[in-house]
Amino acid sequence: MTDITELGVAAIRDGVAGGTFSAIEVAEAFNANVAAAQDALNAFIVATPEKALAAAKTTDARRAAGEPLGPMAGVPIGMKDLFATAGVQTTAASHILEGFVPQYESTVSQKLWDAGAGMLGKLNLDQFAMGSSNETSHFGNVISPWKRPGSNAQLAPGGSSGGSSAAIAARLAPAATGTDTGGSIRQPAAFTGISGIKPTYGRCSRWGVVAFASSLDQAGAMARDVTDCAIMLEAMAGFDPKDSTSLDLPVPAWTAGLSANMKGKTVGIPKEYRVDGMPPEIDAIWEQGIAWLKDAGANVVEVSLPHTRYALPTYYIIAPAEASSNLARYDGVRYGLRDLPDGANLQDMYAATRAAGFGAEVKRRIMIGTYVLSAGFYDAYYTQAQKVRTLISQDFAKAFEQVDVLLTPTAPSAAFALGENVDDPLAMYLNDVFTVPASLAGLPAMSVPAGLDAQGLPLGLQIIGRPLDEQGVLNAGLAIERRAGFTAKPEKWW
Amino acid sequence: MSAHRIQGATGDWEVVIGLEVHAQVTSNSKLFSGSATAFGAEPNTQVSLVDAAMPGMLPVPNRECIRQAVRTGMAIDAQINTWSRFDRKNYFYADLPQGYQISQLYHPLVGEGSLTIDADEKAGIPADKVIGIERIHVEQDAGKLMHDQHPTMSYVDLNRSGVALMEIVSRPDMASPAEAGAYLAKLRSILRYVGSCDGNMDQGSMRADVNVSVRRAGEELGTRTETKNVNSVRFVMQAIEHEASRQVDVLESGGKIVQETRLFDPTTGSTRSMRSKEDAHDYRYFPDPDLLPLVLDDAFLADCRASLPELPDAKRARYVGELGLSTYNAAVLTADVETARWFEALLEQAASAQNKQPADVAKQAANWLISEFFGALNKLGKGLENSPVSHAQAAELLALIGKGTISGSIAKQVLEIMLDTGDSPAAIVEREGLKQESDTGAIEARVDEILAANADKVAQYRDGKVALFGFFVGQTMKAMQGKANPQVVNEILKAKLG
Repeated sequence: MTDITELGVAAIRDGVAGGTFSAIEVAEAFNANVAAAQDALNAFIVATPEKALAAAKTTDARRAAGEPLGPMAGVPIGMKDLFATAGVQTTAASHILEGFVPQYESTVSQKLWDAGAGMLGKLNLDQFAMGSSNETSHFGNVISPWKRPGSNAQLAPGGSSGGSSAAIAARLAPAATGTDTGGSIRQPAAFTGISGIKPTYGRCSRWGVVAFASSLDQAGAMARDVTDCAIMLEAMAGFDPKDSTSLDLPVPAWTAGLSANMKGKTVGIPKEYRVDGMPPEIDAIWEQGIAWLKDAGANVVEVSLPHTRYALPTYYIIAPAEASSNLARYDGVRYGLRDLPDGANLQDMYAATRAAGFGAEVKRRIMIGTYVLSAGFYDAYYTQAQKVRTLISQDFAKAFEQVDVLLTPTAPSAAFALGENVDDPLAMYLNDVFTVPASLAGLPAMSVPAGLDAQGLPLGLQIIGRPLDEQGVLNAGLAIERRAGFTAKPEKWW
Repeated sequence: MSAHRIQGATGDWEVVIGLEVHAQVTSNSKLFSGSATAFGAEPNTQVSLVDAAMPGMLPVPNRECIRQAVRTGMAIDAQINTWSRFDRKNYFYADLPQGYQISQLYHPLVGEGSLTIDADEKAGIPADKVIGIERIHVEQDAGKLMHDQHPTMSYVDLNRSGVALMEIVSRPDMASPAEAGAYLAKLRSILRYVGSCDGNMDQGSMRADVNVSVRRAGEELGTRTETKNVNSVRFVMQAIEHEASRQVDVLESGGKIVQETRLFDPTTGSTRSMRSKEDAHDYRYFPDPDLLPLVLDDAFLADCRASLPELPDAKRARYVGELGLSTYNAAVLTADVETARWFEALLEQAASAQNKQPADVAKQAANWLISEFFGALNKLGKGLENSPVSHAQAAELLALIGKGTISGSIAKQVLEIMLDTGDSPAAIVEREGLKQESDTGAIEARVDEILAANADKVAQYRDGKVALFGFFVGQTMKAMQGKANPQVVNEILKAKLG
């Protein structure tokens, strides 16, 4: 019998629906993998095997009763610990929220449970989703299941959705939620050889998702292939009156619309993404991607996105500015950590609580954000950054007059070793250089695995689409997936 | 025209005053959440996940609050900005769960407008004066700290957290405590007419930050101070009085005014320093990324405009022009919307009871309301809102007077009994036998008796002591137990005395 944990979303769902195996069997198999890998990979902050089993039981009962099954029925998934889950600790991987158990369920997670999915547990991440390597979690690093041959060095699973990427790559979950503020779905997907899509800003409700940078945060799907991403995103997306920035539009049938045929489509190659010092392997996989899309029938042209070089500095003004304000609510007054030294007044309590509750990277971004918003600096930084953000959006709009999708590498390198960049925030921030522009413009974008580098580590390609054209993005991703034939998986060492 | 001046030791000073009024928007739920807004609820019973700023919670604008603010803007003839935006004002305090207040700094909902304060010679306002209003923006209220619940700790009540406020910012156009008082009273009147704020200053639904500076006549503006959260018209006037004299004292003794925030102490009527500009927060205002810009369409604006009631100035002009009321009476009846409503209901019912046009009974109704009814209610410690006499009953009483069934003086007796028992005036008149006698025969008989009994006075009258006419009237009325129709008595007496 096949190992159930080698299957993806569609295969599990269809297997359960067809009676090949029961949802309980599926949940038990993944629960076992989660438990077995926890010490080595640290992908989960909290495992919830009972939740996975309960959902599976419901699915099996519905099937037995002949009731209709949801599009994710029988599929256990991992939930990034940025989504509030009723009755289950929700921490954003921070000490300040350690022990916080919400009474409410985020809209996105609720939609997934409504679609029949079950929860394997809450996935580790960079603290408050701030990081590109999963080294900022209060609950310890997530270790990538991938290794360089002949090396025992622990590799980064990417970030901030590093628990999600590691869990999927290591077969602890067939799919997981991610959130993407500047690349937090796409970069970890690329680092671990899986697929991940960030939809258009506003497609998925932010209600119940711990906020990092409100104008950029967007939930998305991470899974082993494009089809699974489409199925899951379809279940997650949709208008939510509780989120003012949510798009009041129907969710297209992305799964039914999948097509790897790129005939009549034009793919743009932004020349500004050929950055200095880019490893030749990244360049090579990009060229390979171009060839695959041409092979799928696409016309490929070079385009210019002239303000690309300003995207990273713009992002590192806007995101920290919003974060500095969004994280003000963690003050020790109503929930979460409270550090109240003897004789402390209110100000002392704030200072002590926040000093103890936030990690170094979170503090760094709060400091940056507070600085760029302060009197005398606001116009020079924040106002200027907003103007550049508009210019970056206009670059994309202009390119999309000419092309249907853009193809770029997802990250400027394969996974790096843990500790390699941790003392150099700028080097760490550069990891987001290809993913940040689409975030600033609110565009749908995905990463698909394209091949391995010389060390046997996965490399991803990024497809960026027009606003609301997730279908175009998914289809280009599918065209690459079909041709890349990516089947590599980490050798089990845990 | 004599402007308000403070006489200092070294000469005269002018006062310059601007008010920032915080008015709680009348709506069932808060600005960005569905929580209730009722006053006086148990602590923390009207708090949603959004109001408590739980992780991942998001604000959703309440359309009714926006509508009320727009209607208010229209009532002061202000520019309505069809594109406005919410900003975050960041600071830490225990009554502010989000760590920021959602407000509107850069693009307020309502722009430039104005209101007119009325001339009041006695108060030192010689002529009507237009006071500029710079803007109205909407923002969230904070919660409330309770320091009296525990010996060492403070408690937080979040019921008010997130309640919608309008901040109405005047121009520094007021030059005396009286003008500031009149502005606040007029603004309160307009808000109550519009129905966008209940104006209950003692419950905190309306409070003012008072900006005061002084200067020598014609000189540049002086440095101002801001006295926070003053919650009555009288206190605002006291705060200005005190603050202006204090500033003059400081300046005349060679000191400088420090730009600072001050507190008003109602028990002493004085202000004291709270914090200086150096300690002021850097609020790090920036557009709230959780909210889209607020865009108003024509249909929404048209609906807001159509729902506006007749406003106090227009109503007063109509009372004078169409109903023929005196300016004074019209001002009294229109100052508060509840009084005007009561008067108009009374007028309509009084007219229909007498088969007349409202304009034909308006003077009678207005005079009765102001000179009889208000005083009688006042004696009972009541107002129109809890009057034991309904406007229907009052209209009935006016109709009894109008038709000559009872006289004005009997009407006073009837009103006393109405206030006491709540009975209808007709029933009282019937029961107490107070019906006015208009029967000429009965009156004539009494007049004849009186003239016969007072032959000496009749002679004196006929000799030219016409002032005695009143004596005969009095005697007749007395004999008739006050129930004779005074007009008929007059006529008969005149005829008989020749």
